[in-house]
Amino acid sequence: MKRPVHPLFILTLGFVLATAAPSARAADALAAGQPFPALTEFALEGTLPDLAGAKVVIVDFWASWCAPCKASFPVYDQLQKDYAGKGVYVIAVNVDQNDKQMAAFLKKQPVGFTVVRDAGAKLVARVKVPTMPTSFVVDAKWIVRFAHSGFHGEETRRRYVEQIDQLLQETP
Amino acid sequence: MHRRRATIAAILAVFAVGLALTGCTTVQPWERGNLADATMRPDRDPLQASMTEHIYFSREASSGGRGVGGGGCGCN
Repeated sequence: MKRPVHPLFILTLGFVLATAAPSARAADALAAGQPFPALTEFALEGTLPDLAGAKVVIVDFWASWCAPCKASFPVYDQLQKDYAGKGVYVIAVNVDQNDKQMAAFLKKQPVGFTVVRDAGAKLVARVKVPTMPTSFVVDAKWIVRFAHSGFHGEETRRRYVEQIDQLLQETP
Repeated sequence: MHRRRATIAAILAVFAVGLALTGCTTVQPWERGNLADATMRPDRDPLQASMTEHIYFSREASSGGRGVGGGGCGCN
């Protein structure tokens, strides 16, 4: 004869499943086609540029302890210079827990693009970046058109150029 | 009676596992600053790493195979 499952066992199993730590899923991250959150809503430390005439905005999430982020900065700096005056903006959002770490990093590696700090990690938690660094290429309508996970040197740079050129052609 | 005790023990075991699981947390990619710190590297002291490797080689007659790509931040 089959024994019925003890109700307390089911209750306990439910408790285990309900309280188990949720695992991070890349599928939760902001993806192409979704609107990017308004940067002004997150009390970011630093000064945001006037994005009224922006055609392409690259929002990059970085930290001083992230080696690929360091490698990506000269590329962003060059992109910002190459597309100066064309409505292309690079905004690097720092997620360091300590602002001194960010300052020390920027002292060693000064950049020409905008750097702000997400001190409360609210923006990065909303976007749910799957890895560090992660960047989003946002169009004039503030829609994410492309997302980059990680930084892979020349390959990533080439894709940025292609994507920026594509979006600039779309937005006269 | 014996069966009842076994059932209670099983339930308590599952409950204990449940409590243990609640202590787990997921470190998000943007929270890995401490994990990426140099002090978190097991091979941060070259002398100690060399000696450990020597002992391992002496015992196991093999060496290497410890390296992984990237740091503790899990970047890229």
